[in-house]
Amino acid sequence: MDIIEPLVKIVFIFLITLTTVAYLVLVERRVSAFIQNRIGPNRVGPAGLLQPVADIVKLFLKEDIVPKAANKFVHSLAPLISLVVAMTTFAVIPFGNSIHLFGRDIKLMIADVNVGILYILALSSLGVYGITLSGWSSNNKYSLLGGLRSSAQMISYELSMGLSIIGVLMIAGTLRLDKIVESQAQGMWYFWRTPISFITFVIASFAETNRLPFDLPEAEPELVGGYHTEYSGMKFGLFFLAEYANMITASAIIVTLYLGGWQLPFVGHIGLPDLAVSLLQIAAFGVKVGLVLLFFIVIRWTIPRFRYDQLMNIGWKVMLPLALANILITGVALLW
Amino acid sequence: MSFEQVVFYFLAVLAAFSAVMMILQRNPVNSALYLILNFFCLGGLYLTLNAQFIAMVQVLVYAGAIMVLFLFVIMLLNLGDDRRLREHLGLRMYLGIGFSVALVLELLFIFLFRSSNSAVQQSANAAEMGTVEYVGKVLFTRFLFPFEVTSLLLLAAIVGAVILAKKKTAE
Repeated sequence: MDIIEPLVKIVFIFLITLTTVAYLVLVERRVSAFIQNRIGPNRVGPAGLLQPVADIVKLFLKEDIVPKAANKFVHSLAPLISLVVAMTTFAVIPFGNSIHLFGRDIKLMIADVNVGILYILALSSLGVYGITLSGWSSNNKYSLLGGLRSSAQMISYELSMGLSIIGVLMIAGTLRLDKIVESQAQGMWYFWRTPISFITFVIASFAETNRLPFDLPEAEPELVGGYHTEYSGMKFGLFFLAEYANMITASAIIVTLYLGGWQLPFVGHIGLPDLAVSLLQIAAFGVKVGLVLLFFIVIRWTIPRFRYDQLMNIGWKVMLPLALANILITGVALLW
Repeated sequence: MSFEQVVFYFLAVLAAFSAVMMILQRNPVNSALYLILNFFCLGGLYLTLNAQFIAMVQVLVYAGAIMVLFLFVIMLLNLGDDRRLREHLGLRMYLGIGFSVALVLELLFIFLFRSSNSAVQQSANAAEMGTVEYVGKVLFTRFLFPFEVTSLLLLAAIVGAVILAKKKTAE
């Protein structure tokens, strides 16, 4: 019996994430069209709602081309690493309070581990291998440049990411994500309590997910397609999937750490049945993640890409001192 | 065999295999990949010992950060010519063989003659000892001095690295 509950949760999260990725691509195209004063894809199905299906079918039917000089095994392994890392990070994120179903309390997170945040940091530090290895194994100058850029970028921004989380951890006093969410009850979100940490963390998240303005690893105008220049068909699709899955996970982490997770103020006092409260909390989590995703997309289409030296300067000379200063300020405030 | 034992043997065999493959591979990038796999297995083994914190730090620091730097350097240097590397070995290879034989003999000695009379001791709070809280508490009380000395050492290393990097650009 013990194995069924996690399995159901895993399948549930997996399906939700895949569906969200498919429609996130559509949303991204529609929003970009809106910002650029175009219409965007609206032909497949009513209002273009079946566009994701068409895209996926196209990706599956395309020929899979592997360059002759490529390292075949690593070339196939790289997109898998990217996707697996992006999907498994979700395991420790609580997407709701416990729910009472079929006569038992079900905790709405897949893995309840003692070191939740460290698990997220550890996995996100592995995500860089997918990109670096794909760049190296393609045996292409542009791909290699993209791969090298991404490893330099990830190392620089991981540091400020980890340091900015410490501010939250100091207030919450735990590494468990469910406890962190619980400590943000009644609208006491960490977004208000540690604004510097929130800003540095969001910026670092943009860099970690390779989204504009930090998408130097793929930078189309300079590097053709960066690390995925030599990928086609569904292998390219996997990178695509991984990028959007990463975005969803990053948004979920931002919501969990800074925007109160599944907390919905005042909902406990109206006198609704428990099940309705649980469902509303899950919905609140979904809406918050959706809004952060929208923020990711709007930023992509409004802010131009940084130059490489600017990227490194921001990472080491602005973000790192800011994150360190935040730890100091939080420490002083806690003692005081 | 219990579930834990199955996991342990799987990870142990995989760790040994990846360690051997790391040495045997000609291509430095492949070697680095096997080393990453090895670090991963070690992280898993720490998990079977209930040491969640060490396991995560193993993956975060070794597999995640240090190996990325390794790969970065390997890719930039492009050490394609392994025959030239070989010529340097000579004496070092024989020394290495000598040391590894000595190590194997030591290990055999310990396992065959010493392990039987020193019974395995398990601490009463083994599950607690791996948690972040416990590690932090011990680091700041019992092992405070070594901890602070290590941080000083790291600071000195950082300053040294910065000076080395600066010199090159000045010339």
